[in-house]
Amino acid sequence: MDSAYLVQQLINGFTLGAVYALIAIGYTMVYGIIGMINFAHGEVYMIGAFLSLIGIIVMGLIGVTWMPLALLIVLVLAMAITALYGWAIERIAYRPLRGSFRLAPLISAIGVSIFLQNYVQLAQGARPKPIAPVIRGGFELMTGNGGFTVTLSYLQVFIVALTIALMVGFTYLITKTPLGRAQRACEQDRTMASLIGVDVDRTIAMTFVMGAALAAVAGMMVTLYYGVIDFYIGFLAGVKAFTAAVLGGIGSLPGAVLGGLLIGLIEALWSAYFSVEYKDVAVFAILVLVLIFRPSGLLGRPEIEKV
Amino acid sequence: MAATDLLPGPRATPATPFQASLKDAAIVALVAMALAGPIVGLQTVDRGGMLTVDARFTEVAVGIIIVFFGRLGLALSDRGLRIPAYGIAAALAAAGFLLPWPADLLGILAIAAGAALVIRGLAGHYGAHRQARAALATESDEEKADRLRRLFTRGLGFLLLAAAFLLPMMPFANSYILDTAIRVLTYMMLAWGLNIVIGLAGLLDLGYVAFYAVGAYTYALLSKDHGFGFWGALPISGLLAASFGVLLGFPVLRLRGDYLAIVTLGFGEIIRIVLLNWTNFSGGPNGIGSIPRLTFFGHPFVRNAPEGVVPFHQLFGIDFSPLHRSIFFFYLILVLALVVNVFTIRIRRLPVGRAWEALREDEIACRALGINPTNTKLTAFAIGAMFAGFAGSFFATTQSFVSPESFTFLESAMILAIVVLGGMGSQLGVALAAILVIGLTEAFRGLAEYRMLVFGLGMVLIMIWRPRGLLSHRDPTILINGRKGARP
Repeated sequence: MDSAYLVQQLINGFTLGAVYALIAIGYTMVYGIIGMINFAHGEVYMIGAFLSLIGIIVMGLIGVTWMPLALLIVLVLAMAITALYGWAIERIAYRPLRGSFRLAPLISAIGVSIFLQNYVQLAQGARPKPIAPVIRGGFELMTGNGGFTVTLSYLQVFIVALTIALMVGFTYLITKTPLGRAQRACEQDRTMASLIGVDVDRTIAMTFVMGAALAAVAGMMVTLYYGVIDFYIGFLAGVKAFTAAVLGGIGSLPGAVLGGLLIGLIEALWSAYFSVEYKDVAVFAILVLVLIFRPSGLLGRPEIEKV
Repeated sequence: MAATDLLPGPRATPATPFQASLKDAAIVALVAMALAGPIVGLQTVDRGGMLTVDARFTEVAVGIIIVFFGRLGLALSDRGLRIPAYGIAAALAAAGFLLPWPADLLGILAIAAGAALVIRGLAGHYGAHRQARAALATESDEEKADRLRRLFTRGLGFLLLAAAFLLPMMPFANSYILDTAIRVLTYMMLAWGLNIVIGLAGLLDLGYVAFYAVGAYTYALLSKDHGFGFWGALPISGLLAASFGVLLGFPVLRLRGDYLAIVTLGFGEIIRIVLLNWTNFSGGPNGIGSIPRLTFFGHPFVRNAPEGVVPFHQLFGIDFSPLHRSIFFFYLILVLALVVNVFTIRIRRLPVGRAWEALREDEIACRALGINPTNTKLTAFAIGAMFAGFAGSFFATTQSFVSPESFTFLESAMILAIVVLGGMGSQLGVALAAILVIGLTEAFRGLAEYRMLVFGLGMVLIMIWRPRGLLSHRDPTILINGRKGARP
């Protein structure tokens, strides 16, 4: 195989991985703090994608033509509204169930996921929604001996740069701010945290808000990158991002990023060298293999069950 | 939406209850506006190959007003102002019926909000009443009530069974009713099978329909390519589905329950993707057609049978009727479903059934008692899968056509909704829920697109209000200490 082709696939996989990493963080944070898999997270990401799509179209209609400004406005609005969705979901569907039996939050989350999917389908229609590319062009890095040119598009640079910027900001938030400290405290022991004056409910709500905001960024990236979305994209993206979170070690933030990048690379390489139809099967097989051989993931700690 | 507590109760500020409720409702309306404004209010439409947006602000605004008043009524009723709350409910319902709404859905929303307010208010009265009574009730009273309830449940069960047996003999039993009844029973069987996995063993299986698909395709391929009959293929389908269950469950069941949910979810999707793409094997998106139809032990349900084959109506010396086949299918699925039901009722009393229920309640305690959690869960998982495989074979022979379309996640979600609605673990509740869910979807065909929306919402609301099921619930079959198991 041509090495230029391989380099191109690595670039594509890295971009895809950045998107998965952003979604996976939402899974891993919620799992870390309340020990629950938020099945509706894929749907939150889908809502973020739709909000970005609508935002981009509206920007075009009201005549904001300077692209960086338009994208910035759309990004901020999509993050804010998606975060509100995250907050509302937690408030309505999960908070009343704290202390209920074990399956209750999971079933409620599936209910939310089904609801949101159908809500968007009814409100926006079931057809895929295509938009024209917003950011065009790119760098031509190298040409392989087969005449294959490796391009690194500006959009890919934008996606990776934005992901890195968000990661830096996010790491700061978790390690240095009072909110991050409260989160880490709740993660370790919720009862103890509430005894020393941490508002546990608020901290959990903020976790959902942050996860949803990051998912909105991922949604916007996908809208720009693929140029077509539909109401069903949250399902597979959710499963893949969850796989990424498990691969990296669920509950671990660096793990989610590492897992996301690995899943993106695996998916891109599998599609390039094996078969596109079965790329989702490959990701799923990884999930099962990780669960068999290393259930705590690459960077996770083994889980200790408490009575 | 309208009927959920979106905000905490009254604060210590000296606002009157009415002011506090107004503030409450205003905040909720603002949140609803931010949530629904862009997604509902701006619809993306394709116009000449370009995507643009259509505004639907009137509808959203009206919806927000309904949410405002609904929440206001709820907040008032929570603060003890029941009369104004009922007034708002009546106004909402009347408006829902009388006003010309910009969209039908908004009228329905208004009526639903009114109804929810009334139900909430009445539930409040009833709850207080029942609490007062429970405080006075003695132990023997409760036991008596318990026995009465059990008697009622059993009576209702037998009544349903008798109704089912008599249904095909009724004069109104046409092919539409029978087909619907067969659908109800197929879902009932699937839901009973899933109930073993979720209700008894407490394992959340989100890809149950994958095992159903395995059964259906097994039957389709065996009967079409290898000349198997229904009764020969049935056990093979079940066994194959069960072995898929073991293969899938073995690695995952050792871990926390949540992993199982997402792995089964993925598995359901994988089976569908494989069936869609492996064209040589499964016919791809076109599926497998003209699967041999089931015969009455070798006597087909046809008017003119080929040479040497006695058709069903000649065997009994009656006139040919296309209903015969439906009636036979109906009784067949009834028997199959009852097998699952009886099996579940019996196995609940066996050590393995008790181990399932114990595992559901407390896994660590079970391990301490020497129960092997993985193997015990695996049996439940495999048995549930086996019943799905049986149901799949039945599905393939009645439809004589299978395609990946029939095995989407929505089917899994629907079966799960039936189990959750009926009350996890309760056999009768699940049966009633199957009738209710399929019956309602038949009755509201015109609103079919809202079906899954309502299911999703219903699952959340049931988990909040009646986590053990809307219709019925089931405590562990045996309890050592105390009558009512406290929820963990």
